[in-house]
Amino acid sequence: MKLSPKDLEHIAKGAAFLGTGGGGDPYIGRLLAMNAVEEFGAPEVIDADSLHDEASVFTIAMLGVPAVLGEKAACGDDVDLAIRRLEQRLGRKADALVGIEIGGINSLLPIMAAARLNLPLVDADGMGRAFPEIQMVTYNVYGVSCTPLVITDDHLTSVIVDTGGAKAAEDLVRRTSVHLGCSVILSSYPMTGRDVKRTAVKGTLTLALEIGRVITQAGRTGSPVEAVVNHLRTTPYYNHSRVLFDGRVLDIRREIRSGFSVGCCTLSALDGSASQMEVIFQNEHLLARQDGQVKAIVPDLICLVDRETAEPIPVEFLKYGQRLKVIGTSAAPIMRTPESLAVFGPQAFGFEDPFVPLEEIND
Amino acid sequence: MRIGVDVGGTNTDAVIMDGREVLATQKVPTTPNISDGIVRAISAVVEASKAQTIAIRSVMIGTTQFTNAFVERRGLLPVAAIRIALPSSRGVPPLTDWPQDLQAMVGKAHYMVRGSYFFDGRVCDELDELAVARAARDLRIKGLKAVAVTGIFSPVNAQMELRAEEIIRNEAPDAVVTLSCKVGRMGILERENAAVVNASLAELSKAIVASFHSALQRLNIKVPFYISQNDGTLMSSEFVEQYPVLTFASGPTNSMRGAAYLSNLENALVADIGGTTTDVGLLLNGFPRESALARGIGGVRTNFRMPDILSVGLGGGSLVARSGDGQRIGPQSLGYRVTEESLAFGGDRLCATDIAVAGGWADIGDRSLVAHLPKALIKGAATRMHTMLANAVDQIKISQKPMPLVLVGGGVVLIHEEIDGVSEMVIPEHAAVANAVGASITQISGEIDRIFAYEADGREAALEQAKKEAETRAVEAGADRGNLRLLDLEEVPLAYMPGGATRIRVKVTGNPIDAPMDDVRTAATD
Repeated sequence: MKLSPKDLEHIAKGAAFLGTGGGGDPYIGRLLAMNAVEEFGAPEVIDADSLHDEASVFTIAMLGVPAVLGEKAACGDDVDLAIRRLEQRLGRKADALVGIEIGGINSLLPIMAAARLNLPLVDADGMGRAFPEIQMVTYNVYGVSCTPLVITDDHLTSVIVDTGGAKAAEDLVRRTSVHLGCSVILSSYPMTGRDVKRTAVKGTLTLALEIGRVITQAGRTGSPVEAVVNHLRTTPYYNHSRVLFDGRVLDIRREIRSGFSVGCCTLSALDGSASQMEVIFQNEHLLARQDGQVKAIVPDLICLVDRETAEPIPVEFLKYGQRLKVIGTSAAPIMRTPESLAVFGPQAFGFEDPFVPLEEIND
Repeated sequence: MRIGVDVGGTNTDAVIMDGREVLATQKVPTTPNISDGIVRAISAVVEASKAQTIAIRSVMIGTTQFTNAFVERRGLLPVAAIRIALPSSRGVPPLTDWPQDLQAMVGKAHYMVRGSYFFDGRVCDELDELAVARAARDLRIKGLKAVAVTGIFSPVNAQMELRAEEIIRNEAPDAVVTLSCKVGRMGILERENAAVVNASLAELSKAIVASFHSALQRLNIKVPFYISQNDGTLMSSEFVEQYPVLTFASGPTNSMRGAAYLSNLENALVADIGGTTTDVGLLLNGFPRESALARGIGGVRTNFRMPDILSVGLGGGSLVARSGDGQRIGPQSLGYRVTEESLAFGGDRLCATDIAVAGGWADIGDRSLVAHLPKALIKGAATRMHTMLANAVDQIKISQKPMPLVLVGGGVVLIHEEIDGVSEMVIPEHAAVANAVGASITQISGEIDRIFAYEADGREAALEQAKKEAETRAVEAGADRGNLRLLDLEEVPLAYMPGGATRIRVKVTGNPIDAPMDDVRTAATD
């Protein structure tokens, strides 16, 4: 499949939905991908299962402070350099690229990279959503090493990191990115085709594209939220999907804690009942509780959308009085195993509530 | 005494004020050359108030002319966009994502040159001055007269933009230069867009400011005049000639500020009910709350200071139609034809005004012409109108607490019942010309929006520094140093950022230096 400019718009919108409130504004990512596709041609998007077992696959992503990304964007050469340096370090060429995070801006950066380097892009990622740290991916959960990894900046500085664990790499990468001006390109999790097939959340690029297309096209038909939920139910992972709550924002509280935007959004029901829903976020929405009862919990997806247009609302744009629908959606089965839950389940974010699949809570 | 004028797309309104007192008001149609309409409106209020032109101390003008011109793609210049950013940001060249018609009209050339700062203002790459000079020579040869200069992190450190301006003036003395640091905030693409839009208006702004001048000359009014900008503060006429884009969205701001003034309320909701739409906003300390979202204008994404306004399709001319069990109001409207085509004025279209007349809470037109309307219809439509306003009010509020609601504009007659979440409803005298009143009471502001490192500078020192810089800007824009006051201070700690990096936004305001102090009410009293 080749991506068209319209596809990029749809992916940006779908990625905002799968970003569950975080992941960074896909807008600048869309423009970067659009320009790269215009200049170098659209990359080939391939199925994970079509990869050769021994194929060499790298991830590519942007990492940094959203406000700085919005000021500096990317230059393109930094993206090329990250891949080239990792190839040199490993002594093997990349045969394909794969995304790390389909939610938010990092859905689009791999498209830019694949276009520039004329490499196929695997239709998959390591989350099927967005998470705040680089160890929170299925690649790590199922034994792919995060390192060696390469960080580059627009001055074509490159830093190679070799460490034991993914969390240690995260700490080092985060600090290095600060030194380089808070906005860097990251190529990590070098793996084989076999690894991708075993550990990735597959098909998420086309899923994002379809979700975006449904939101855009349903806007003209009258009930976009219903259309999105109905569409999600036909997909392989997001098949348990429902409107958990229909309400207006009653209160929004946020603060920065250990570098993250943490807070809570309270909604009151629009149906006249006294029911309330509380959505707790840490960059992304993690937990939705209705009148004290958990209705959805990480890694299942919690998306707050405009109740009329189904436009996803990022955490930083939540404000009092907005009328929203809270959509709960199942995460991919590979994200709900005990191994996965140990890395990005409720306890990884400091919650005491256990993970219970959305469909068990609500059916 | 002072005069406030609002030059809208349809009407030009004028008020003459003495202290807090509105002496006279006038509404006339806006004329194609603008000047004539202003002369007529001002002459009328001066005559009605029996004031001497010599007693007029200042003239403040609000206008939607620039917004309208850009949205309608009228009189725009081709622009040379120079971005100081390399090696960063090459992946997104200037004017990416602009509508194609505008790109063809405005985007004639762009140049990317080396130079950048870190987020804290330290130099990251030195400015490539030769590249700027080459770009300037090239744009001169191409015959381009308007230039927009945008540098990475220029809101934090404007030195490179300023130096580039100097170089361009040397190489291309005829060029009009817009610096992005003067028109936008953090977010390079949005700020650059605002700078390019501004540059494209350079010729038009000269013509419009000249027509303001000529109107005042014809009236023999010899005081300086000011133009209101979108954050509810004033610019000198010289400044607006350079930065017309800052007038975008000043219309709703003026009516909200006018509403605050006329009602004596500084913290309130405001609904400006016009012929076609109702604009609802929130006043905090006498100024409209600003929008946090990037807003598009004429299809171009920008991030300059705009009031957070919610527009709903409810106005005096909104058509009433049956929909299911109830009534639908708008969004189609009779607009200014309401006094010809509505039932109450002898026409044959049922609109919102007819409902208010038939219900007996508006005394305009001829009530006998709507006497036949069924009670259920009147009740249904009136309920819908009030619900529309209540919903808009609820979405614009920032907390559950009930607040006062000020109604202004020609359509205030539509509303007669209480609105949920509103503590009291106020319709001030002269509500129909709130926008011109708003223009007349406006102050001058200076603003700063930058990232500070609290661990290095200390919080107190950083805040002090930010305030000082904002004050300097206000004085540069024409404010009286003697009565500056802090209007707004916002600290936002940044996610993932080290060193206690905090974004500080400070705004200070002061009276225009030529207006007598007791004449202009200080807006930011506690």
